[in-house]
Amino acid sequence: MSLTSLSAFEVARKVKAGELKAVEVAEAALAQIQAVDGLSGSLDGGAVSADEEKKVHAFIQLTEKMALEQAEKVDQAIARGEDAGILAGVPVSIKDIFCVEGTTTTAASRILSNFEPPYTATAVQRLIDQGALILGKVNLDEFTFGSSNESSAYQPASNNPWNTEHVPGGSSGGSAASVAAEEVALSLGTDTGGSIRQPAAFCGVVGLKPTYGRVSRLGLIAFSSSLDCPGPISRDVRDSALMLQAMAGVDPKDSTSSTRPVDDYLAALGQDVKGLRIGLSPDYDAVYYPDFETGEVRKEAIQKEVHDTLYRSAELLAKAGAEIVENVPMPNTAYGIPAYFVISRVEAASNLHRFDGVKYGYRTEPAVSNLSELYRLTRAEGFGPQVKLRILMGMYLSAAGHDADYYTHAQKVRALIRQNFVRAFDPDGGHRLDALLTPTTATTSFKRKAVFGDSLLMQYSDQMTVSSNHAGVPALTIPAGLDEAGLPIGIQLIGSDFREDQILRIGYAFEQVSRDEAWREARPQVLAGEVKA
Amino acid sequence: MSLQYITPELFEKLVGLAALELTEEERAYLFEEMNHQLSSVESLRQIEIPEGTIPSLHGLNPEGIPPRADDWKAFAKPEQIVALAPESEDGMIAVPDVKGAK
Repeated sequence: MSLTSLSAFEVARKVKAGELKAVEVAEAALAQIQAVDGLSGSLDGGAVSADEEKKVHAFIQLTEKMALEQAEKVDQAIARGEDAGILAGVPVSIKDIFCVEGTTTTAASRILSNFEPPYTATAVQRLIDQGALILGKVNLDEFTFGSSNESSAYQPASNNPWNTEHVPGGSSGGSAASVAAEEVALSLGTDTGGSIRQPAAFCGVVGLKPTYGRVSRLGLIAFSSSLDCPGPISRDVRDSALMLQAMAGVDPKDSTSSTRPVDDYLAALGQDVKGLRIGLSPDYDAVYYPDFETGEVRKEAIQKEVHDTLYRSAELLAKAGAEIVENVPMPNTAYGIPAYFVISRVEAASNLHRFDGVKYGYRTEPAVSNLSELYRLTRAEGFGPQVKLRILMGMYLSAAGHDADYYTHAQKVRALIRQNFVRAFDPDGGHRLDALLTPTTATTSFKRKAVFGDSLLMQYSDQMTVSSNHAGVPALTIPAGLDEAGLPIGIQLIGSDFREDQILRIGYAFEQVSRDEAWREARPQVLAGEVKA
Repeated sequence: MSLQYITPELFEKLVGLAALELTEEERAYLFEEMNHQLSSVESLRQIEIPEGTIPSLHGLNPEGIPPRADDWKAFAKPEQIVALAPESEDGMIAVPDVKGAK
C-alpha cells in the first residue's frame, strides 16, 4: 500500500510511533497532487487540453509551505516526546469556504478573489491543533451554490476521479475528489442541503453531516445560517470519526454551537450492531419534482442499481445482527426541496448583502460617480449567475407581504419534516429506530454539462439528503457498490440528534461485513491509470 | 412555455433592489429559472399545516451557548481588517460619495 493510500488513522499511528515522518507524508501528498490534479482552478480559466480533461482539478490553491512547516512542527514535537495530536501528520484539504489565515479564501467567487482573512475558522484551527497538515484549499460551487462544482468561478472545475467526464458532485466537490484521488486523507467540507454527502457518494468516499451545532461555524462563509454544517470527508468511517473527534465541541465564538459534551466516536466503532433497529422508508424510493410547464408534481423512481444496492446493504446489516424495520413513513420527505428553496434562498440573500466592494474583496475597476453605482457594478462583475439567482429569489420570497406565504410557511414545513424523524426515533414509538437507511442520491454521478444551468433539476439531486438538514439530525454516507458504468453508489444512515456515534458505529459495521465484496477492489480511474471510452 | 409566477416588471424591481446589473443573456436566464424554482415553491401550498405548528428556526432545539453580553472586545489586529478594504484613509475604510460625483 502506498503512503497516500493510508488512512488518516494509520498515518497518525505511524507518525506517532516514529515509523514515518510527517514531512515524508506531506511530500508524498504533494507528489500525488502533482501527478493527478493538473491545473489548479483559476479565474477566467478557459478550455483545457485533452490531457487536462483527465485530471482531477480539486485544488484552487496549494499551501505547500504551510503544510511542510506544520509537518516539521509535528516531527519536532514527536522528537521531544510530546503528544502531537490525534491527526499527527495527516494531510488535509479545506473547502475554500473556510477562512484560513495565510491563504486567499475565495468561496470560488470573483468577489472574494483577493480576500485574505485575518483569522482562521475554528474547525480548521482544531484540525491544525491536532497535528493535521493543511495541503491547500479545494474547489466548490460558487459560495456553495450547486451540486456539481461547475458553477465555480475558478475553472477548470473539479472532475470525478472515477470518471473524469463526470462531475464530482457538490458543493464540496473538490473535497470529495481530493480524498478519492488520494491527494489527501481527509477534507473539511460543508453541508447545507447535502453538500458533503452528495459529492462523497458520487466520489465513492465517506461523508458526515454532523448534527447542527456540533461543529462550530465560526470562519465559515455563510450560505444558509440555520442549515450550514461543517463536517468530514474521508475514505473510511473510522477516519470520519477521528476527524469529527478533533473538530466537535462548543465554541465561545459561535452561539449556535452546542454545549453538549462530545462523545467518544472511536470507542463507538468497537461495538457491534446486534439488536440495533435500522429503518427503510418507501418515501425515499422516488424523487418528486414539479413540471414547470403544468405545475403538476411528477414522480421518478430512483436509479434501479441504487435501489438494489440499498436493499442489499440492508440485508448485509441484518446478517451483522441489526433488525431491519421496513415501511417507516417519512411522508414529508417530498417537501424537503421546496422548503429548502425558500429557507436557503432567503438566508443566502441576507448573507450576500455584505459583499459590496467596500470592506473587503473585489471592487469594480472603473471610477464610479457614487456609492450606488459602486455596489451595482461590483456585484454585477463579482457574482456569477447562480449567486445572482439566489439573491433575487431570496429577496422575492422575503419581500414585505410574502413572509407568511413563504418563509414562515417553509419553517412550519421544516417543523413537520422534523416531526417525521422525531417519531421514527422515538424510543417509545412504533418504530424505535436507531437509524434510518436511505439512498444518498437518486442517481450516480452525471456527466459534466448534463444538468448544469437547470437550477431546478440540479437542486432536486439533493432530495435524499436535504431533510436531515431541515431536521438538524446527523447523517453519514458510505460507499456501498458501483453501478454498471463503474460509478460509485452511496447509502445514507440518518441518526437522531447528536447520535453521530450510532451512525458511525453502523457504518463501520457495514464496512466490516462488506469487506470482501468484489466492488471494493475497484479503484478510481485516475488512480488505476485506466481511460474509459 | 413555463408558468409565470413573477412578472417582468417585478423582476426588474428586484434587480434594482438587489443592487445588481444584468446582461440581456443573464436577464433571460434568471427570469426563467426564478419561475421554474417558484413552481417548486408553490408545491408547498399542497401541504396541510396542523393548527398550532410552530415555525422551526434550526430544526432541532438549539442547545447553544447564550449570546455573550453586549460588551465589545477589540480585535487584536484591526489594521489587518482595514488593510482588506479596497480604499482607506487614516486607518478608516473609505467609500465614494453617496450621491455626488467622485
